Amino acid sequence: MSKPITRISSNMPVYEDNDPQDELVTLNIGPTHPATHGVFQNVVQIDGERIVSGVSTIGYIHRAFEKIAEHRPFYQITPLTDRLNYCSSPINNMGWHMTVEKLLDIEIPKRVQYMRVIVMELARIADHIICNGILGVDTGAFSGFLYVMQEREFIYEIYEEICGARLTTNIGRIGGFERDFNEVAFEKIREFLKRFPPVLTEFQELFDRNRIFIERTSNVASVTAEEALDYSWSGPILRATGVDYDVRAHNPYCSYEEFDFDVPVGTNGDVYDRFMVRNEEMWQSMRIIEQALEKIEKEPKGIFHADVPDFYLPPKEQVYTNMEALIYHFKIVMGEWDAPKSEVYHAVEGANGELGFYLVHDGGRTPYRLHFRRPSFINYQMFAPMSSGMLISDAIINMSSLNVIAGELDA
Amino acid sequence: MDKLTNQQVLEKLQAQFADHIRNISEPKGLLTFETDKDVVIDILRLLKEDNTLQFIYLTDITAVHYPELAKPYAVVYHVHSLVFNVRVRIKVFLEKEQLNIPTATLLWQGANWMERETYDFFGIIFDGHPDLRRILNMDDLGVFPMRKEYPLEDPNRVDKKDFYFGR
Repeated sequence: MSKPITRISSNMPVYEDNDPQDELVTLNIGPTHPATHGVFQNVVQIDGERIVSGVSTIGYIHRAFEKIAEHRPFYQITPLTDRLNYCSSPINNMGWHMTVEKLLDIEIPKRVQYMRVIVMELARIADHIICNGILGVDTGAFSGFLYVMQEREFIYEIYEEICGARLTTNIGRIGGFERDFNEVAFEKIREFLKRFPPVLTEFQELFDRNRIFIERTSNVASVTAEEALDYSWSGPILRATGVDYDVRAHNPYCSYEEFDFDVPVGTNGDVYDRFMVRNEEMWQSMRIIEQALEKIEKEPKGIFHADVPDFYLPPKEQVYTNMEALIYHFKIVMGEWDAPKSEVYHAVEGANGELGFYLVHDGGRTPYRLHFRRPSFINYQMFAPMSSGMLISDAIINMSSLNVIAGELDA
Repeated sequence: MDKLTNQQVLEKLQAQFADHIRNISEPKGLLTFETDKDVVIDILRLLKEDNTLQFIYLTDITAVHYPELAKPYAVVYHVHSLVFNVRVRIKVFLEKEQLNIPTATLLWQGANWMERETYDFFGIIFDGHPDLRRILNMDDLGVFPMRKEYPLEDPNRVDKKDFYFGR
């Protein structure tokens, strides 16, 4: 049925349809369309409501982060990572800090690691809230989205308490955090642990036994484990197919090996399983945060960064009065670091999957090469092939259950 | 499950591709070696299909440009054995005039966009790729922007020159 594709320009797919019998229509979904939740285009050929074939065009918000990163000292790259997956920027920030710390062989105090775990798990919850809420919206249930949105707002307040920013957080520094969590932050985290479970339960009850939702999502866009691995999928969507690959469990970073949590897996790999996996991951994240708070209690108070004056900015008061601090400050700000020539691959479990940083360093002021392994980019490439034969409305919810974030897709 | 060490992976590969595996190192514990473009797919296939290795997961494909080397372009593969939880990094250096390398899409569908991205930014040509065209940049860009000869900023700016910083 599908015909050879000719293109005016290679990024603008156009379908030839010379056969008057099969009235196929070419439809542009995107670049800006409410259902795509981001700037990306799919040109699909449809036969009535059914998609015959499609081509994805991406790159609309490509910002050349890898090129910019080659011209910036390490600490200036953190804000770039914010803008990858902007729904869970703290995970990206922490991933980048840990990559550099791995390069520099910096040992991070346990308390700081637990603080990082808290921030990352909050970010995971915030991201999954969005994804599952939007999935509800796309299947026609708007209210669930509104219930959980308040909780995301509350997580953003916690970020604000920790680092002052909300969306593009630039949280933490290489070597630790820029300041300790204040009492309000700890209180808010504890309050979140209390107020979120009933909301999540309510949210889940809206959906998981809802017949309309099940009929809209179950067996839609089923993916087998083999296909998912063939396409290098990672994250909740891979786990929904039944593969228990989670970077937190496989290659524990940031002391995740000390935490007791489950890696939920699905069986079908369909949209419903992805929804359920994400929901269960939120419960597991809550468990992890609880444990992290307990562990922090046992650690000596007031430690929020590693003792690495070569790489961690000295307190501002000292910079003005203390010669040594001034020198360190100057060297760090100018990027004059003694970082070893080496290469590092560090992966963290981002909200969408394995977020990897491949850093090649030649000893200069800036990375020689930095490559982001962006889960959205790799997960999304299966979208067009798997859409063939699907209804448009199914393809839309498939897209939202992949949780493709345009910033991470295009880097 | 028995543990798989870097040494065992290496021995397995060297048994078959002894002449093609060079510059073995383990930066941060990750087995890294260089190989040639004519055998890279065979090596990847062995890694993927051998039952004692099972590197079934292609983590990433990217490239690095080293303009001062005789073979200035390194294509870098990261593969991951999900069963034994071992990662391997494979590098293939390419000459400036011959930027062809066989595609890995025969082994993993997921290599498709990774290779398109590498082509888009470095101009590496993956022979046999089903749809090798630019992916993130515009079609008529004309250059491969991640190559080192393309500066990010105005090259006439002097405030960022390395020699002012003792380099």
